[in-house]
Amino acid sequence: MSTAISLENITCTFVARDDRSRHYTAVREASLAVAEGEFVSVVGPTGCGKSTLLNVAAGLLQPSAGSVRVFGEPLAGINARAGYLFQTDALMPWRNAFDNITAGLEFRGLGREETRRRGEDWLRRVGLGGFGDRYPHQLSGGMRKRVALAQMLILDPPILLMDEPFSALDVQTRQLMENELLELWSADRKSVVFITHDLEEAIALSDRVVVLSAGPETRPIGEYSIDIDRPRDVAEVRLTPRFLELHAQIWHAMKDEVLKGYAQQRQ
Amino acid sequence: MRSNGSSVALRVWQALVLLAVFGAWHVLAVPGILPPFYFDDPNKAAFFFGEPLKVLERIGAWFLGGDIYRHLWVTLIETLLAFVAGTASGVAIGIWLALAPTASAILDPYIKALNAMPRVILAPIFFVWFGLGMASKVALGVTLVFFIVFFNVYQGVREVSPVVLANARMLGASRRQLLRYVYLPSAMSWVFASLHNSVGLAFVGAVVGEYLGSAEGVGYLIHQAEGVFDINTVFAGILVLTAFALVLDWVVTVAEARLMVWQPRSGETERI
Repeated sequence: MSTAISLENITCTFVARDDRSRHYTAVREASLAVAEGEFVSVVGPTGCGKSTLLNVAAGLLQPSAGSVRVFGEPLAGINARAGYLFQTDALMPWRNAFDNITAGLEFRGLGREETRRRGEDWLRRVGLGGFGDRYPHQLSGGMRKRVALAQMLILDPPILLMDEPFSALDVQTRQLMENELLELWSADRKSVVFITHDLEEAIALSDRVVVLSAGPETRPIGEYSIDIDRPRDVAEVRLTPRFLELHAQIWHAMKDEVLKGYAQQRQ
Repeated sequence: MRSNGSSVALRVWQALVLLAVFGAWHVLAVPGILPPFYFDDPNKAAFFFGEPLKVLERIGAWFLGGDIYRHLWVTLIETLLAFVAGTASGVAIGIWLALAPTASAILDPYIKALNAMPRVILAPIFFVWFGLGMASKVALGVTLVFFIVFFNVYQGVREVSPVVLANARMLGASRRQLLRYVYLPSAMSWVFASLHNSVGLAFVGAVVGEYLGSAEGVGYLIHQAEGVFDINTVFAGILVLTAFALVLDWVVTVAEARLMVWQPRSGETERI
C-alpha cells in the first residue's frame, strides 16, 4: 500500500513574540506515515502538540525542520488534497448550513446547478435535509459538526485531518457521530489522521493508534495495530475482550506520559 | 413577554407624558394664563420659549402648504450621501489597514489625532472648498461617519476567528476569496452593529452644516427663523427634525433585522 501522507522528522519551535530568546519546542523529530485508506488515530496527553502536528500536515503551519510529503510529493503551502475538521466551530456564521457546505465548491468556481445538486446530496447524507436554510447559531452542536463534516467531504479530499472533532459533544451524540463517520469513511476509504485525547475513541475508530509523549518536544513513542474486524459499532466494540486487551496495553504505555503532562500543567 | 393589555396601557402612559409636557409648556408660556412670576413682562415667556399651539400651527402650515418637503428632501439626501460615502470609505480603509500591519502602525497616531479632533470645526473649510450647497454638508457628515465605521471594521477584521479563517483556507479560498467571503462579511457585521450611530451622525453632519451656512434644508429653516427671533418656527424645526430622526432610526432597525438574520439574538439560539 502506498503512503498518502508522511511527516518526516518534523520539529516545531515557537519563539515568543516579545522576547526572541524564549523558545518552546512543541514537537521534536516526529515522524508519522499514513497509508492510503488507513485510519490512524494519534493520542497523547493534553497540551502535547497533537494539533501542531496536524497543522503541519495541513500546511497551515510551517515546521522549523523536517518535511511533509503528500502522495510522494513535497508539500508547499496549503495541503490541497486534505480536508480538515476542526475542534472548535469553524463554520462561517453568516452563511446558512447549505451555503457553508457548498463553500468549497464556490471557491472552486463550480457551476450553480452542480453546486446545488451536490449540496442537497450532502445535506441529506449527513441527515440535515430540510435544515439547509438554518444558520449555525440555530443548529445544535451535533448538527453543526455534521455541517462541518459535509463541508469537508463534499470536496472529496483523499486525506482527512481531524482535530478532536467530537470532543465538545455529549457522549450520546458523540457515539452517533463516530458511527456516522465510520460509515461515511467505509464508503470510499480515505486516509485519516484522527487526533484525540480519548483512547477509547481512538481504538474504536482506527486501524492503528499512535501514542505521543508528553510535551514539550513531543514525539511518537508507540504504535499499536488495532486488529478488530470492521464494520464496527463504536458502542458495542468497547465491550469486546480484544478491545479491553488493547486498551490495557496502550494505556499502560500512555500512563506515564499522561502523568508527566498532568504534572507539567499543574506547575 | 408583555401581554397585549399592559402594552396598550404603556402606550397610553407614554401619550400622557407627551400631553403633560405640552400642557405644562402651554400653561407656563402663553401670556395671561398664569400671573408672571419670573419675567417682569407677561409676554417675555412666550418670546423665549414659544407657544406650543403656534408651533403646531407652524408645523401644520409647513406640511399642508408643502413648503417643508423640499427642505426635508435636501436634508435626507445629504444624510444618505454622507452615510453611504462615509461607510464605503470606512469599510475600504478599515479592511486595508487591518490587513496591512505596517501601514496601520505608521498611520496610527494620525488616525487617533483625526478622531480626537472636534470635526465640526472643519465646516468652514468645507464651505470654502465645496461651497454652500449640498457637497459641504455631505463632506461634514462623511468625516463624522467615517471614523465610526472605520474603527468598527478595523476591529471586525482583526477579530475574525482564526479557526474560521483556517477552515476557509483549507476549503481552498484564495486571498481574494478570503477577503470577499470571510473578512468582508465579518466586517459588515460590525458595520451593522454601528448602523444607528453612523446614520445618526450623518444626520447631525447634514443639519449642523445647514445651520452654519446654506440656502436649503431644515437646518437652514431654523437658522432663518432664529435670525428674526421667530422662536415658534425654531421649535417647529426642532420638532420636525426629531420626528425625522425617529423615522430614520426606525428604518435602520427594520433594515438591521433583515440584514442580520444570521446573528443570534438572546432567547432565539438553538431553536430547532
